[in-house]
Amino acid sequence: MAFEGLKKMKLLHPETKQKVMEHIRRLESDKVSTTLLLAPYVILFSLFIVIPVIVAMLLSFTYFNVIETPRLADLYGLYNYIMIITQDEVFLRYVLPNTLKYAIITGPGGYLLSFIMAWMLSQIQATPRKFLALALYTPSMLGGVFVSVIFRTLFSGDKSGYINSLFLNWGLISTPLDFLQSGDYLMNIMIFVTLWSSMGIGFLSMLAGILNVNKETYEAAYIDGIKNRLQEIFYITIPSMKPQMLFGAVMAIVGAFNAGGIGVALSGSNPTPQYAGQLIVNHIDDYGFIRYEMGYAAALSVILLLIILFFSRVAYALFGERD
Amino acid sequence: MASFLGTQINPKRFHRSQLKFYLILVPIGLFMLLPVLYVVLQAFKPLSELFLFPPRFFVTNPTLENFARLFRTASGTGVPMTRYLFNSIIITVTTIGLTLIITLATGYALSKKRFKAKNTLFKINQTALMFVATAVAIPRYLVVSSLGLTNTFFAHIIPYLAMPVGLFLVKQFIDQVPDELIEAAKIDGANDWHIITKIVGPLVKPALATVAILSFQMIWNSTESSNIYVIDETKKTFAFYMTTLTSSTSGPAGVGISAAAGLVMFLPNLLIFIIMQGNVMDTMSHSGIK
Repeated sequence: MAFEGLKKMKLLHPETKQKVMEHIRRLESDKVSTTLLLAPYVILFSLFIVIPVIVAMLLSFTYFNVIETPRLADLYGLYNYIMIITQDEVFLRYVLPNTLKYAIITGPGGYLLSFIMAWMLSQIQATPRKFLALALYTPSMLGGVFVSVIFRTLFSGDKSGYINSLFLNWGLISTPLDFLQSGDYLMNIMIFVTLWSSMGIGFLSMLAGILNVNKETYEAAYIDGIKNRLQEIFYITIPSMKPQMLFGAVMAIVGAFNAGGIGVALSGSNPTPQYAGQLIVNHIDDYGFIRYEMGYAAALSVILLLIILFFSRVAYALFGERD
Repeated sequence: MASFLGTQINPKRFHRSQLKFYLILVPIGLFMLLPVLYVVLQAFKPLSELFLFPPRFFVTNPTLENFARLFRTASGTGVPMTRYLFNSIIITVTTIGLTLIITLATGYALSKKRFKAKNTLFKINQTALMFVATAVAIPRYLVVSSLGLTNTFFAHIIPYLAMPVGLFLVKQFIDQVPDELIEAAKIDGANDWHIITKIVGPLVKPALATVAILSFQMIWNSTESSNIYVIDETKKTFAFYMTTLTSSTSGPAGVGISAAAGLVMFLPNLLIFIIMQGNVMDTMSHSGIK
């Protein structure tokens, strides 16, 4: 150790030596302090985020029914994955197409919507902007429970349901539609509700990003020959706020997959009527908490995490700063 | 002059050219609020109006009947509604407090300290921004149960304390605090505790407010812990109670009560956000991922 060497330096003036020792002591105590500051977060983060992901990966290669200890699944542990890809008719016919449709529309769709709204808000004055931003943000802070109360009330399947009564009144339909229980409309309603509540923290981030773009950049761009607002958005606004665009994209992806329970919340049953609103998240719950096939559910979780990872890679490729 | 057309981001005063944005934004804003407003109005409708056909948007004879019934209701097992509300308040306050302390401490260390794993740690946290907890609900349950947390109050709190988005935002915000300020404090003999409580903490209040809001929204609205980790009915949360209300009570009477419950859930959300909106926007200016 270097410190041992320092102790041996008898040639040093006693006062200098004392100073050096004092400095070392400070460094050591700083190390202890840093560790103490980091420890709680690192422990909790490992326990509830890192370990669950690792456990999901490990379990996905096993057969585990909660009562017996997990054992390696057949076919070198790949049994669950092979079953999902080849045998799980519900997954292949409903869950996967539903998840992709839902995620592609609500993820990028919600993101685009957030950006357009944020950009329009940036074009008006501060005080009305504050109120309008609040109005757009409100749906995202309601939380799944209240959102399902709202839309179960609005889309109630009998003629006293508000939407049904409006449609009857306008002559669009002659008998009330069973919006949430029939399976024909559930997916579209889920997409609508998710888009409605998609302007959350990513939206606020992009709004702040647009407002912070340096005005002189715009002026310079106009002198350089930019002609309209569309060019302005693509050549100035977006490139200047890439970090916020990326944050917004990640939040949009997470939001889309986190809201996956909405179909079950709206229809009140898992599986959803005719699997119309069945997403991977519901399929995992179905196998994990209803059938107790934990290994199978874990394999589904891993597939979901890979899908999320893929979407975020796309976002990073679009907006990340290249080293 | 063409050059003035483009530089209208954050305009100081009204101009005719802004009108088109108002024409789009105001209807959309109203459209976003209508469903919420509808259910809020439902909460004040007497039974006769909830039964009405065709249903009416506005309430003619507002009443607090639904709220009175909500506060008198009890779950199937006889646990009164106020118990759930009390649980939720305790859990939410504790979680927010602990999250703020942990996030501030870690954010400070990540931003201003030098240690080997610093960059790795930040990168891992950034990757975890896209962590979707519901995807690994089962392994999380296994962790919670092997720690012996199931069926305790801690099951509502401890799994939610590490919040990657919160740490990310606070760390980005602390990056704005000049290093010289902290060096000066150190020369004056301040230790990390002093630096955090006297200098960094007060300077990053906007970020902390934002984290508090996000944590509040997550915990207050969450039913996951009550659904999965807790069996004892007396230890479950208000959000959970609401889901039982909405799925068990059907018909207009149930609609009235769940609308009232929804309003009770929603109001704290709204108030907290309105009070802290400025802070949130401040934080969001530093939210970019580089």
